[in-house]
Amino acid sequence: MSFLNYLVSGLSLGSVYAIIALGYTMVYGIAKMLNFAHGDVIMVGAYVCFFAFTRYGLNPFISVILAMLVCTCLGIVIEKLAYKPLRAAPSLAVLITAIGVSYLLQNLALLFWSSNPKVFNSIIPNESVEIGGLTVSYITILTIVVCVVIMILLTTFINRTKLGKAMRAVSEDKGAAQLMGIDVNTTISVTFAIGSGLAAIAGVLLCSAYPNLTPTTGSMPGIKAFTAAVFGGIGSIPGAFLGGLLLGVIENLAKAYISTQISDAIVFGVLIIVLLVKPAGLLGKPTREKV
Amino acid sequence: MNMKKFFAIFLAAMMIFSLAACSGGSTEPVAPADGDTPEGELPESTVQIHIGATGPLTGGAAIYGQAVKNGAEIAVEEVNAMGGIQFIFQMEDDTHDPEKAENAYNALVDWGMDMMMGTVTSAPAEVTAADAYADRYFFLTPSASSTNVIDGKDNIFQMCFTDPNQGSGSATYISENNMGEKIAIIWKNDDSYSTGIRNTFVEKAGELGLEIVAEQTFTEATKTDFSVQISKCQEAGADLVFLPMYYEPASLILNQANAAGYAPTWFGVDGMDGILTMEGFDTSLAEGVVVLTPYSADDESALNQNFVKKYQEKFGEIPNQFAADGYDCIYAMYKAATEAGIDPASMDHEAICDAMVAQFTSMTFDGLTGASMTWGSDGTVSKLPNAVVIENGAYVGM
Amino acid sequence: MNKLKGMNRTTRKNYLTYALVIAAYVILEAMMRGGGLKAATKGMLVPICAYIVMALSLNLTVGVMGELSLGHAGFMSVGAFTGTAATMCLQAAIPSTGLRLCIGIVIGAVAAAIIGFLIGIPVLRLRGDYLAIVTLAFGEIIKSLVGNVYMGVDHGQLRFSMFTNELNLSPEGKIIIEGAMGIRSIPKIATFTAGFILIMISLVVIFHMVGSRSGRAIMAIRDNYIAAESIGIPAFKYKITAFTISAAMAGAAGALFGNNYSSLIANKFNIDTSILILVFVVLGGQGNMLGSIIAAAALTILPEALRGFADYRMLMYAVILIAVMLVSNNAKIKDVLKNAAEKRTEKKLAKGGAADE
Repeated sequence: MSFLNYLVSGLSLGSVYAIIALGYTMVYGIAKMLNFAHGDVIMVGAYVCFFAFTRYGLNPFISVILAMLVCTCLGIVIEKLAYKPLRAAPSLAVLITAIGVSYLLQNLALLFWSSNPKVFNSIIPNESVEIGGLTVSYITILTIVVCVVIMILLTTFINRTKLGKAMRAVSEDKGAAQLMGIDVNTTISVTFAIGSGLAAIAGVLLCSAYPNLTPTTGSMPGIKAFTAAVFGGIGSIPGAFLGGLLLGVIENLAKAYISTQISDAIVFGVLIIVLLVKPAGLLGKPTREKV
Repeated sequence: MNMKKFFAIFLAAMMIFSLAACSGGSTEPVAPADGDTPEGELPESTVQIHIGATGPLTGGAAIYGQAVKNGAEIAVEEVNAMGGIQFIFQMEDDTHDPEKAENAYNALVDWGMDMMMGTVTSAPAEVTAADAYADRYFFLTPSASSTNVIDGKDNIFQMCFTDPNQGSGSATYISENNMGEKIAIIWKNDDSYSTGIRNTFVEKAGELGLEIVAEQTFTEATKTDFSVQISKCQEAGADLVFLPMYYEPASLILNQANAAGYAPTWFGVDGMDGILTMEGFDTSLAEGVVVLTPYSADDESALNQNFVKKYQEKFGEIPNQFAADGYDCIYAMYKAATEAGIDPASMDHEAICDAMVAQFTSMTFDGLTGASMTWGSDGTVSKLPNAVVIENGAYVGM
Repeated sequence: MNKLKGMNRTTRKNYLTYALVIAAYVILEAMMRGGGLKAATKGMLVPICAYIVMALSLNLTVGVMGELSLGHAGFMSVGAFTGTAATMCLQAAIPSTGLRLCIGIVIGAVAAAIIGFLIGIPVLRLRGDYLAIVTLAFGEIIKSLVGNVYMGVDHGQLRFSMFTNELNLSPEGKIIIEGAMGIRSIPKIATFTAGFILIMISLVVIFHMVGSRSGRAIMAIRDNYIAAESIGIPAFKYKITAFTISAAMAGAAGALFGNNYSSLIANKFNIDTSILILVFVVLGGQGNMLGSIIAAAALTILPEALRGFADYRMLMYAVILIAVMLVSNNAKIKDVLKNAAEKRTEKKLAKGGAADE
């Protein structure tokens, strides 16, 4: 198989990382917290879609909408109960709570849906098209398209709407934003709701590409996507997209040309080098130290 | 500052509570797994045996522990309904972690375990088997296949094949039946089960002159995307791909190979069993896969039909090899305990251990995972690996 | 008594920490000798000690130095593998288990310190979340490399290979580290007493360091990097010293941990373990060593104490973790405590210690 083929398969893995990374980076950019439970919200979204589509035979489109609704509600509830009371607490306290939420979701899923892996019947046919000698699966194309659409929508939303403006203000300076009459709490809650809704789409696409669903499905892609988000510059939406794609490509090229045994080590090695050269990630805003 | 102090006191209180719960509270009654035969109704002479087990009931490996637990619980119910020896079964969670497995083992010792139905997965089982050997508890593992679990320990027995047995068995089978000219292997290089089988397979394949053209690996962190591994095998022209792994990653490999239009002969080992019963799995993907497994849920024997029916009624799923191993373990222990006349009322666990060891090395046992099983003094089981091929979504003997 | 009153608050708190650790050791050891401990409790003593040392080590990085490390399990892994391999190689040469364990712990600490120093050079140039993610990356790299190491002893010679077993040992040779399958058949030589001594040494090192000139420099850097540099504190030098010491302690804890189980695998030291240790530190309070000790012990015991909940065990664990974080950071509870504290401090007029933020 040629280099181009590895590149394409890397892009398809990367597009899944990218879509998860979008949710991570958005929540981080605005609420300034690492939402370690993001991967598990993805898992819940995938389960909801699985039950709606595979088990109860609902229309695939409705199944996805349903998954988004459930995840958005879940995101709001988690935020209200677990993160909101900690708004004034040190950021590490919130990080630990997020880890607690992650354990909680995984174990609830284990109790409700058992540990037996479910095979996610892809809502898109598992077939490929030939483009100039390259085989690209429909899922890859769809994931990249969805990713780009979401990226454009998010960027427009944040740059053009009033709520988006509020989000940017909160991200810059919470205190100043509050003084300007922005409801910081609501803004952050909305961010979570959007991030969780995105997680549902990510879950559906993740499990369409890699149709294997267990209560721990979300955790490893979650960590990889978090890495991708940092890689691209955490907080930057195009950065998450770029970081995700690059991470997937590097991972697959490392597997193809170096060694499958230490492909992880290579991916993380590249990440370290990038961060040493560009400490704020590829597209991150360099922070200037204030004296 | 004082916040910290309050907090330290709070934590300390929590710790004391936990310690108390740990050391003092373990006398709490643990209900027998069979809720419907209360101990009070039994005649006083009834022999009661406490069987402890550990396995991953939560976390990423929970599928295997849960299956063993379910299978064992069905067997315990049946055994207790027969009215002879009564089993009280307790399975503790080890989350597939050697450290937690040691804790689980100690909790079982405190609970008053008389013998142990082992540990489900290999790495934690190495720890619990070493403990059981030192403390002299009889130990029969359903599915921990690493040789290191049993090596040099006279009281540790396996219900499953050992890894070398499977690795060299697969190589021999492939060679004898001329199943492939060029062989590729995909294995999980951070997992001892997968690595163990791969190592002995490669060794035996070398002896038999099989040509291995590609070796590809994956890890826990890269177990989703196999496109590179698959295309490497394809490029190398492999016509048979050996998959020493559990069915969860294997299902993904089959799926992605199908999307890539690659269709070699797939050859799996016992961990592959269960792939057909995954909810939503398109069994046509597994068409033609050869599996070296001791168990098949489609087996038509009355014993198996009864087991599958009960399992489905109780858990709503079709049992896999792990569940069958758990079921067999309980029955093998029941048979040995009955024939050896085990009675914890008059024997301590060391005496039970010696009697069970003597019985196990001399008895023959028929179970779901094999007929006429016998055990060697090294703890390995001798039973025939069945090569089955998947046709129309079901196993067919070869 | 007067002497005690004359001390400042930090010193008093340090002595309180020592006293509590010694008291806990004496009580538990006496109970163990007297046979009053259940097997479950006894089995947890050594891992609790190892986790306490890990928590102290990470607290030095997170609490005192103010840098978030998400890869601390990597240092533990280095210490565990080198320390355990060392004790296994020396099995014939040194019959005394105590001495062998001691050597293993020292080797584990030194190896982890070297790795910590090498990693610290690039890592400590970064700040904040980026530093955190780079430590996570190093932790994962260590995990995947350690999982591919093969090591054996043959006629007194050490042999190494990577990725595949190419040691070519003679029949008398013994394989020690076997890639993903790790180290096996380890004689369990770690003891509670060794763990206790290790905790005490760690405490002495940390308290000494925090109270010394370099400790004050490190905390000055934490509180205001630019101000500290501007008055001529060589930030990088102090940071890398603290980071190396922290890694050495993690390595020692790893060596103790590794020698307590009959098998050791590289996958144990993954991001989950790093995060678990971070939970100890945050729960116990950053910079608060006594808090770390109690949190590490409590959270190691908690999942075991919850075994009665059977299937709901880990669910309960998650709920308790969230609840504790919410309660301990609740503004109302904080206010009540603050008021009470103010009343008391008015009476005492003692000054707060620097270590407690």
